[in-house]
Amino acid sequence: MFDLKGKCALVTGASGGIGAEIARALHAGGAVVALSGTRVEPLEALAAELGEGAHVCPANLGDPASVEALPKAALEAMGGLDILVNNAGITRDGLLMRMSDEDWQSVIDVNLTSAVRLMRGVLRGMMKARWGRIINITSIVGQSGNPGQVNYAAAKAGLVGASKSLAQEVASRGITVNCVAPGFIQTAMTDKLNDDQKAALLTQIPTGRMGTPEEIAAAVRYLASPEAGYVTGSVLHVNGGMTMV
Amino acid sequence: MSDIADRVKKIVVEHLGVEEDKVTESASFIDDLGADSLDTVELVMAFEEEFGIEIPDDAAENIQTVGDAVKFISEAA
Repeated sequence: MFDLKGKCALVTGASGGIGAEIARALHAGGAVVALSGTRVEPLEALAAELGEGAHVCPANLGDPASVEALPKAALEAMGGLDILVNNAGITRDGLLMRMSDEDWQSVIDVNLTSAVRLMRGVLRGMMKARWGRIINITSIVGQSGNPGQVNYAAAKAGLVGASKSLAQEVASRGITVNCVAPGFIQTAMTDKLNDDQKAALLTQIPTGRMGTPEEIAAAVRYLASPEAGYVTGSVLHVNGGMTMV
Repeated sequence: MSDIADRVKKIVVEHLGVEEDKVTESASFIDDLGADSLDTVELVMAFEEEFGIEIPDDAAENIQTVGDAVKFISEAA
């Protein structure tokens, strides 16, 4: 089950905790992977760890030209492009009253606009192949909101709307578009929280623990698989029951 | 029929799965040949590949019949 042999997957933000784990899971499923991110060093380390069938395709998603070039580079490196995982994301947190236009725009550019442009960039090949999987990593805050994250929550909610619309446009061509919405996951970002903050958070999570990157990656591998062909336009929440929607 | 018209016709027949004799010059992709909006996008993609040309979006919007496609491609190729 969930065999990805013969498929080629582009993963953005593959230098981060969740992105790297997604790449590992797809690769373990048999897929060839293109690892994208801004920092080349961790991407190369991951490619070396995965061995055969892993390619490094650096890109700066804040730069439109770089976004435009990425699907072509990934296609050339892998010889195909069947699966796109829009995982890359940045935060520029702050209360709206103090949020600069730049903090708003950069989060929208990277988290929403680049994801949409990458989806557009990979569609042609998927339409011809009559098969494709697009998986967008959103966040529970796109649904629930979060103080200090007006920009981030808006971008993630926007990505859900974009995914559902595109899912309807291309469903007849064998292409599915879904979202995975993580809750609180153990990453470098959440490691920065102190014990009190973590304890407060855990009281909100019925499972009583934070999630792991592996648990997000498993959801992505499922949605990327042939078995998930009847699932499209959905948001798979992986949040320990923190918000049940 | 010209060579371009023949190749256009072949693409339309293959892509839309319609009878060859229905693909006349005045046939509208959407109204007469049962294409949906995504089919028209795919047809334009197929024309671009077959003839090695770029069809800009504003031009693609005006290609509504088989004859429109042949005319545009003849001028561009």
